[in-house]
Amino acid sequence: MSRLSVRKTYKLYIGGAFPRSESGRSYPVTSAKGDFLANASRASRKDARDAVVAARKAFPGWSGATPYNRGQILYRVAEMLEGRRGQFAEELGGGKRAAAERVDATVDRLVWYAGWSDKIAAVHGAANPVAGPYFNLSSPEPTGVVAVVAPADPLLGLVSVVAPVIVTGNTCVVVASEPSPLAAITLAEVLATSDLPGGVVNILTGSQAELAPWLAGHMDVNGLDLTGVDDADLALRCEQAAAENLKRVLRPAPQDWTADPGTGRMTRFLETKTVWHPIGI
Amino acid sequence: MPYLWYAGTPAIPRTWGTTALRGSGLEVEALVGDAVGVSTVTTSLTDVASSDTALRAFLHGLPGVDRVGADQRAAMLGTRSIKTTAKAQAIDLAISMVDLTTLEGADTAGKVRAMCAKAVRPGGDAPRVAAVCVYPDLVPVAVGALGGTGVKVASVATAFPSGRSSLDVKVGETTAAVAAGADEIDMVIDRGAFLSGRYMKVYDEIVAVKAACGAAHLKVILETGELATYDNVRRASWLAMLAGADFIKTSTGKVSPAATPPVTLIMLEAVRDFRDATGRQVGVKPAGGIRTAKDAIKNLVLVNETAGDDWLSPDWFRLGASSLLNDLLMQRQKLSTGRYAGPDYFTLD
Repeated sequence: MSRLSVRKTYKLYIGGAFPRSESGRSYPVTSAKGDFLANASRASRKDARDAVVAARKAFPGWSGATPYNRGQILYRVAEMLEGRRGQFAEELGGGKRAAAERVDATVDRLVWYAGWSDKIAAVHGAANPVAGPYFNLSSPEPTGVVAVVAPADPLLGLVSVVAPVIVTGNTCVVVASEPSPLAAITLAEVLATSDLPGGVVNILTGSQAELAPWLAGHMDVNGLDLTGVDDADLALRCEQAAAENLKRVLRPAPQDWTADPGTGRMTRFLETKTVWHPIGI
Repeated sequence: MPYLWYAGTPAIPRTWGTTALRGSGLEVEALVGDAVGVSTVTTSLTDVASSDTALRAFLHGLPGVDRVGADQRAAMLGTRSIKTTAKAQAIDLAISMVDLTTLEGADTAGKVRAMCAKAVRPGGDAPRVAAVCVYPDLVPVAVGALGGTGVKVASVATAFPSGRSSLDVKVGETTAAVAAGADEIDMVIDRGAFLSGRYMKVYDEIVAVKAACGAAHLKVILETGELATYDNVRRASWLAMLAGADFIKTSTGKVSPAATPPVTLIMLEAVRDFRDATGRQVGVKPAGGIRTAKDAIKNLVLVNETAGDDWLSPDWFRLGASSLLNDLLMQRQKLSTGRYAGPDYFTLD
C-alpha cells in the first residue's frame, strides 16, 4: 500500500502564528504554465487589521533590541533559508540552475542587510558641531509599523523589500505577490523558526487591490512601501490615503533585484532624532 | 425567568401576599437542630434580614446557578453581530455609560483634572461619559473640574480595594467623600465575612455605609473574582440589594478575573428578579477587564437580553473602565471615517 502524502495548507503568518484567513476564503495558485499548485488564503481587511495590531505589539521589543542582536537574527534567517535551498528552488520552478541561483542570491541579500544593522547608525547618524556648550547628536530611529506590498519576484524580490525594513528595527505587514504567494509562506516558516520575534514580520496572501488601500489608510501604520503595486491608479489612491497621517511612502519603481540595492530602502523608513546634551554643567 | 421553577416545589404551603413574590426564592428554610428543615414563609423582604439565621436561610434558599448554562448563555449572547448604524448607536450608548476610572497609587491631581477634561469632551462629537471614579482624597479635584457639566463624581470608599478595616473607618471615609461632593460611593463588601458565612456583618456594613451616603448613590462592589462560585455571586447580589444598594458592581479591577460575561449575566438576572419581587430597580456596573469596544457591546447585549431595555441607560448600567474609552473612540472614528484608527491620535490615560 502506498503512503498518502501530507500536503501543506498555505495559511497566513500573523503575530508568529499561522492562522487561516478570518474570512475563510482562499484562491487557487497556478504555476507559470497554468497548472494548479495549491490553494492560498485570501486575506481580508480584518486580517490586515489583526496583522497591524501584531506588528504594533512587536515594535517596542524589536526596535529596542540592540542593532547587533537584530543583525544576528537576520543572519540566522539566512542560515535557515540556506538549509531549505532545495525546497525553495522547487517552489520557484523554472530551470533548476536558475532557481538555485535565485535562492543563493536571496541568502546573500539577507546576509548583506544583516551586516548593515549596526552600521547604518554610524553612516546616517552624526555628531553635529553646534555653537553652544552641547553635544548635538543625530541618530536614525525606526519609524514604526511599515506596510509592504511585495513585488512579483516571489523570493528575491520579497526578501529585498522585507529585510531593509526590519533590519533597522521597524516591524512590517507584507502583502505577498498575488500570483506567486507560496514562497512567501514558506519564507514565513523560515522566519518562525529563526529567533525572529512573532509579529515583526506578518505575511498576508491575497488580493493587493483589496488589502493595500486598507493598510494605506490605517492610522496606526507609519510607513508604506508600494514597490509591488503595478496598477498606477491603485498606487495613487494608496499614496493619497497614506497622506492622511503622513506615512513615509516608497513609490513603485521598476527594480532589478540582482543589482546592488544601496541603502535607500533602509533610510526611507528611518527618522532622524536629534538630541542636545548640555556639557560643562 | 430561568430560575423560577424553584417555586414549583409543592411541599410548602404558600401564603404569598402578591403574585410578584411568587417564586422569587423567598421561601425561608431554617435549619434547626440536626439539619431538620423547617420551612417558613416570609411575606416581605424586610423580614429576611431580621436575624443572621433568617438571612443565611434566605440566601442559601436562592436557587443554585447552573454554571455550564450560565457560561453557555453568556458565550452565546457574545456572538451577536452588531453592525453599522446599530454599532454606532451602541458605541455612543457605551461611551455615555462609562465610569472613567483612575485608581492607582500614583494618581495626582493633574491626572484627575486631565481625565475630567476628557470625561466632559471625549473627542469628536462623542457624548460625555457618565462619571469619573477616583479615590476619596481626589474627590475635591474632580468636583472642581466637573462642576456643572453633568458628569458625576464617584469615589471608592471603605478601605478600597480590600475592605479590611473597621466599620468606623469605612463610615468615616464615606462621610468624608460625600462631604467633599461625591455623587456616588463605590464600597467594597467584606469578602472574608461573606465567605465565612457571616452574612449579617456584611449586611450591617452596607446598611451603615448607605446611611452615611445620604443622598449619594451607593454602588456595592462584590469582587466576584474572590467569591469563587456563581452561587456566591447570586447570594452576594441579593444581599447587597436587600441592604439597600443602588448599584451592584462586579469588581474592584484589582483582582483577576474581574467582570466576566457570565458573572454580569447572573447579576443582571438578580436585579431583574429583585425588581419583580420588590418593585425597586437596582443598577449594575461591570468593572475591570472590559478593554475593547467589542467587550462593551457584548455587555450591552447581555443587558438587553437579560434585564431588558429598562436598564439600557447610564442611570441603570455603567461600565467601569480606564482604557475602554479610547477603544470606543477609535471604533467610533473608524465608523465615521472608514479608516482604521490608531492610538497615536487619542489622549493617553
